[in-house]
Amino acid sequence: MSAMTPTTPQAPKSSPDVSAAVTGARPRVSLRERLGGESIGLLVVLPVLVVVVFCCYVWWRQTAHLDSIEESALAWPSIRAQLVQHIKLTVVSSAIVVAVAVPLGVLLTRGRARAIAPLVVGFANAGQAAPSVGLIVLLAIWLGFGFWTAVLALTVYGVLPVLRNTITGLQGVDPTLVEAGRGIGMSAGSVLLRVELPLALPVIMAGIRTALVLVVGTAALVTFIGAGGLGDSLVSGINLFRFKVMVSSALLIALLALVVEWAGRVLEVVFRPKGI
Amino acid sequence: MSTPTTPPANGDVSGAEITLDSVVKRYPGQRTNAVDSLSLTIPAGEIVMFIGPSGCGKTTSLKMINRLIEPTSGSISIGGEDVRAKSQDELRRHVGYVIQGGSLFPHMSVARNIAIVPKLLGWDKKRIAARVDELLDLVGLDPDRYRHRYPRELSGGQQQRVGVARGLAADPPVILMDEPFGAVDPITRQRLQDELLGIQRELHKTIVMVTHDIDEAIKLGDRVLILQEGARVAQYDTPDAILAAPANEFVDDFVGSGSALKQLTLTRVSELELTRRTTAKVGERSADAIARAEQAGDSSVVVLDDRNRPVAWRFLRQLRRHDVVQPGDREALVVLDSRATLNDALDTMLTSSHGGAIVCGARDEYVGIVDFDSVTDHMRAIEREAVAHQEAAAVDGGGIPGASA
Repeated sequence: MSAMTPTTPQAPKSSPDVSAAVTGARPRVSLRERLGGESIGLLVVLPVLVVVVFCCYVWWRQTAHLDSIEESALAWPSIRAQLVQHIKLTVVSSAIVVAVAVPLGVLLTRGRARAIAPLVVGFANAGQAAPSVGLIVLLAIWLGFGFWTAVLALTVYGVLPVLRNTITGLQGVDPTLVEAGRGIGMSAGSVLLRVELPLALPVIMAGIRTALVLVVGTAALVTFIGAGGLGDSLVSGINLFRFKVMVSSALLIALLALVVEWAGRVLEVVFRPKGI
Repeated sequence: MSTPTTPPANGDVSGAEITLDSVVKRYPGQRTNAVDSLSLTIPAGEIVMFIGPSGCGKTTSLKMINRLIEPTSGSISIGGEDVRAKSQDELRRHVGYVIQGGSLFPHMSVARNIAIVPKLLGWDKKRIAARVDELLDLVGLDPDRYRHRYPRELSGGQQQRVGVARGLAADPPVILMDEPFGAVDPITRQRLQDELLGIQRELHKTIVMVTHDIDEAIKLGDRVLILQEGARVAQYDTPDAILAAPANEFVDDFVGSGSALKQLTLTRVSELELTRRTTAKVGERSADAIARAEQAGDSSVVVLDDRNRPVAWRFLRQLRRHDVVQPGDREALVVLDSRATLNDALDTMLTSSHGGAIVCGARDEYVGIVDFDSVTDHMRAIEREAVAHQEAAAVDGGGIPGASA
């Protein structure tokens, strides 16, 4: 924080804060200042890139010579169904991840539970370090094939970044602010909801974005337990040695991941509290 | 304890008395008590400064009053009521708390920061909005300009002002301050201290403040509590008594030497004879003001706004540039509160191109001008008095009246 103050005539009046205070204009904190140039660039470049590449793909798809197997594998209705299924898997899993990991992270920064936080983070670390295909298949053997098993596997996979960032974000809140809140008579819950979580939100949102990207990528693998998604056509492309099918579905998965990454960044901007 | 002195000022005392009775705080795993049986009475409506070397337990003692730290044994009461009678949160909503740097919540606007406690107390929106504006005005920030700002858009001094406003929000009888002015530059600190004295002159709260700056303690405190390790009371008395008769060597060392310098921190600007300077109102015709100044032989004019608050101090040549007297930026003008010390006054005068400083009274209203001559005259008078007193004492064979610890 600047020690400069408009109350001292000696203070240079070049800082935007001070000059605004003198003119009486309310200084706006620009988006660029709040997020930094890189984030803004990605917010604009990502969607443009996705649209351009997708248009190129559509042009290729409409003009390419395909045999009957490729034709049926890359038929628009089936691709659309796989895409919808893929998004459904991603959204449902991510929602559960947030619903589990954020409260868990909050819990692990309260009182005595602080002591076991490293243990839980270590456990979540192990969950993510396990090979994703292995995790998916093992869960399927245990719980049976299908959508909800896939969702469970993806959830286990995505919990770590959100949990870790929730804990880090909450630990990063200046303890004097927490004490200030308690000191002026806010209850512990009120300090959590109105001070700690809003201040930790940027870090938590970054964790959620990481989880979203992880989940959308890993969801390509749940085709092995019959849960659908864009992995279906990828695997059939591999099985049938149809190079065009393989590349097409890989490309579509990559584009979807980029869109999800972009959506995560948009959410970060939207949820970022004003003033920080 | 010390003998009670008369309350510092006239007007209604809205503060409440705080008593600590053999309060002990022992942290688990520590051999010695952090606070070892502290008993203390803090009179209603006074500013009491806690000071001592670091680790002496002054902050712990302060935080036990609003139960941020629970005492191991002993009892504390505010206005006769034990602090454990209510829940912690309920208690704290009626005890103001101001921390170093203001500790404002960065994601809330200035208005929302101030409104937290009134909201917790269930005030309606209109009343809260009115209260926020009133408080911003009280701490010298223009509500229209600062209400919707975020803390990061404020300077350190402004943040601290908002912090004080937040502590005052629900009009608590008792305000606890934990080194509130420790993080700002000296000039801003002096100004904030002056403003606090101005606010206290109006409100008469019971203020308990922890500080590590003996000059601040002497300047602000109606009483100063000097603590030794384990929060043992080394001396608890008025600043004059402490300076005149340190209770023991520890206090003597702590207060430091140099009685002339001490006099500078002990004497208030209001005790001096202030000189008058020509004043002009914003919007008045410059020619009229210049005529008045020339008649009085002044080379400069103090410009006042419609509430009699000084906004600028201009030389006549500056006035001549405009037909009517132009408004100025009140916040950019360095002024002294009438309760500022001579030390502050000298500091301020040295940085002024006018060789003097503007003195303000209640609600920042203009009182007069203090200049080098009036300070030196006063110092000489004190010296003469002291010499006369010593001669008289030598004749009587008496010593300096002792002060109790």
